[in-house]
Amino acid sequence: MRGNPLLVSGLVIATFFLLVAVFAPLLAPYPADAGSATHPLSSFLPPSWHHPFGTDDVGRDLFSRVIYGTRISLTIAAVVIAFSCVVGIPLGIVAGYFGGIVDDVLMRVTDVFLAFPALLLALALASVLTPSVANATLAIALTWWPWYARLARGQAVSIAGRPYIESCRALGLGSFRILLRHVLPNSVTPVIVQASLDVGGVILTAAALSFLGLGAQDPTPEWGLLVSQGEPYFTTQWWLVTFPGLAILVAALAFNLVGDGLRDRLDPRRVIAR
Amino acid sequence: MTRFIAHRVALGLLVVVGVVVLTFVIARVIPGDPATNWVGPHASPVQLARARHTLGLDRPLPAQIVDYLRGIVSGDWGISIHTKQPVLSDLGTRAPASIELVAAGMFLALLAGIPLGLLSARWAGRAPDVGVRLVAVVGVSMPVFWLALILQLIFFQKLQVLPVSGQYDPDVAAAHPLQAYTHMPVVDSLVAGNWPMFRSSLTHLVLPAIVVAAYPMGVVARMVRASVLETLGEDHVRMTRALGFPERTIFAHFALRPALNPVVSVIALVFAYALVNTFLVEAIFDWNGLGSYAADSIQALDTPAVIGVTLFIAIFYVVANLVVDIVQAFVDPRIRLR
Repeated sequence: MRGNPLLVSGLVIATFFLLVAVFAPLLAPYPADAGSATHPLSSFLPPSWHHPFGTDDVGRDLFSRVIYGTRISLTIAAVVIAFSCVVGIPLGIVAGYFGGIVDDVLMRVTDVFLAFPALLLALALASVLTPSVANATLAIALTWWPWYARLARGQAVSIAGRPYIESCRALGLGSFRILLRHVLPNSVTPVIVQASLDVGGVILTAAALSFLGLGAQDPTPEWGLLVSQGEPYFTTQWWLVTFPGLAILVAALAFNLVGDGLRDRLDPRRVIAR
Repeated sequence: MTRFIAHRVALGLLVVVGVVVLTFVIARVIPGDPATNWVGPHASPVQLARARHTLGLDRPLPAQIVDYLRGIVSGDWGISIHTKQPVLSDLGTRAPASIELVAAGMFLALLAGIPLGLLSARWAGRAPDVGVRLVAVVGVSMPVFWLALILQLIFFQKLQVLPVSGQYDPDVAAAHPLQAYTHMPVVDSLVAGNWPMFRSSLTHLVLPAIVVAAYPMGVVARMVRASVLETLGEDHVRMTRALGFPERTIFAHFALRPALNPVVSVIALVFAYALVNTFLVEAIFDWNGLGSYAADSIQALDTPAVIGVTLFIAIFYVVANLVVDIVQAFVDPRIRLR
């Protein structure tokens, strides 16, 4: 196996974040601080042995809050991508396989959704809904699925013309069976690559929405919200902004590295010239 | 060629109509009852009914959509609840600042991204490649609002070398008044020869532009690298290699031009993405553009303004993609034939 330092480091860091998310209650020194506990007497403490990331304006331990924030960000990413696959892939392969009016309608609908830069549509949607993690996740998911439909459709179109599909039809196999057994498994590879690349993107989008006040609300310790909460004080209490933002960067970085590595391995068109 | 353009423009118009309908759904259908937002929670039923009539909500849905479309086309994009001005004129006032910022960011991104991508492709698999790829992936993984704050902390707070507020120094502006042509201070001061203002606006542009440039730089570097490597594997390059041309010449002369083609198509995408990123960055730098307008409107629950900005950027994106498509078809005849 080719030693790819970027992919390996990405995998290590991504796994680390997954473990942190799962074992958050055991890892956080002050789990209650990730909820509504406040300690006004220990507010604005700089990073120290007791509080590695310092404390915020109401004395909550930032380290614990960032750890619990991992759960939120990774959950949002998982939900958005799962939704996009569950909605997008079936629509895409049906449109790509059958073609005709179904395909045309799907193409035009996804065209309209894809005419918006990703963050913009999620923002517009989230701005008319009550701000919450659930609504932010919904807004992002509704803007994310069209690309998956497009990918699946593209694959289905190229597969539908293959000789082995024709022989399936000649054997009398029903369309549903063909779609499920033959078209679907072969359409999935680019979607997997896209999904791994998208985890980082969703994390950044969710953080951006929360930063603008459209996602998580206090006391939920979402990373983007933590940065916006720290912003008024950042010239003096620099740790409030630095550590949550660093978490966003490293998490997105790790998953992007994994996605890149997967794409390099799974995409046969990537011929590295020597 | 004209048939291609006509076909693309028709498709583009169809998409724009779809975009307007989608924003209508977001603005009117999803929030429940816009009339309640309009009159407030203490309105009488009579006032509510009157508001509903004023807003056209008592008409059937298709009629509302047509009215909305007609309004958009004729320039009536609603009144901003916050500024009490027509949204379209608000957009017109604030857009130049953002365009200046994003253009500067894109310029920096291309300036850094293209050479980095070339470097990475030239030494593929070796240390410079890994280094550039790391920098590029950090660029696309960077939360822009965090980068903005960190750069402010370093360059303004600690090192005190660059300003962080506004598009220029108000004292300098008072001493050397600026003639407004394009409403972009850097351009206007350059055109008028107003050097103090030029210096002031340029130094104020640096930090925000770097923040905006981070993501596009990453995308461009990766795109150039992938594209050059793909071109290097192609038959015509192998031919030149077989003919005995030195690697340096092959790289510079035969691989470069075709490799830059995909970069052009990605510029429109990245420009729009950068424009949306200004929502997160402008407020931090006190930059009076579309981004801070959008961020303020979101805070103020000013739906007409938020929808106006959304529509503006979406339409801009469709048009930009259209232009890029046509330019590409011009440069690469194979695209027209598809």
